[in-house]
Amino acid sequence: MAYDYEKNIRPGKLPHIWCPGCGHGIAMKGLIRAMDTCGLDKNNTAMVSGIGCASRLPGYMDYCTLHTAHGRAAAFATGIKMAKPEMNVICVGGDGDGVAIGGNHFIHACRRNIDMTYVVFNNYIYGMTGGQFSPTTPTGDKASTTPYGNPDPTFDISKLAIGAGATFVARTTAFHATQIDKLIVQGIKHKGMAVIEVLDDCPTTYGRRNRFRSVVDMMKRLKDIAVPVAAAGKMSPEQLEGKVLTGVLHQEDRPEYCEQYTEVIKRAQAQSE
Amino acid sequence: MSQNKGKAKIEVIEKYCKGCNICVAFCPTNVLEMDGFVVKVARLEECIKCMQCELRCPDFAIKVHDA
Repeated sequence: MAYDYEKNIRPGKLPHIWCPGCGHGIAMKGLIRAMDTCGLDKNNTAMVSGIGCASRLPGYMDYCTLHTAHGRAAAFATGIKMAKPEMNVICVGGDGDGVAIGGNHFIHACRRNIDMTYVVFNNYIYGMTGGQFSPTTPTGDKASTTPYGNPDPTFDISKLAIGAGATFVARTTAFHATQIDKLIVQGIKHKGMAVIEVLDDCPTTYGRRNRFRSVVDMMKRLKDIAVPVAAAGKMSPEQLEGKVLTGVLHQEDRPEYCEQYTEVIKRAQAQSE
Repeated sequence: MSQNKGKAKIEVIEKYCKGCNICVAFCPTNVLEMDGFVVKVARLEECIKCMQCELRCPDFAIKVHDA
């Protein structure tokens, strides 16, 4: 009955380095279950990450993995997919890595609609480097570099992905553990760029500076702010104040980049003959 | 769910557990409690095998088996 996660994890890698109560572990379990459900072949699946807490994830996974430069996961993943279009490519990264330092790579991977799954672990902070505020740190909240409150407006990663052209965008939280794997399964099966944003908690560098006394408080907050897309339609704008929508936020069919590029190659070869 | 009551075996891998308290807080039947910095199974007979602890454990430290 208990789920056998170890068969997907490199021997001897546990316990992982994440802090007590870090939601990345819960999201990683969801990712493992999703990859199992899709029956991904370990030798034909590449997991790519940049730098950061969330980006440590592929190091634990017994798949083809690539730990790249800060924010460049989407760029390296694009390279893998172009060279080997038959490979399943899964990108993993945090909010700072994915949409701040690697924001440009992220939006252009979305624009191209290249067939990969990008799982963004949004913990509202740069955790590994010491708790600096990230583009998703809520306005007014404290970080090590904003001790009097963050003055910046925030990024909505899912809306950013939809705007940039990703064809499957979904959001869930670390509290909704069973939803994580369901959405990632849909993302992996989707032909095109799939972005799954997992809201999670950073008790060490975000929570303790911002009114969350314990890990459990942070998990309860994730529970409180999440509103399923279906339920949101019946709620008034006042009721939706401060909430985030969860579930599949956007899905469309658009030509996939590798297929389009294959057409370009065929045209070029036909002309040169 | 209730027909499953008392038929579980909960395995805690102590060297993985970091004592974050998530499993204790979200167990609906109060099966678990903290013993210092490690979780322990206090009332196994109350377990209904809802798997909330295993699903939410960030450290791969809890497994719920059929007894």
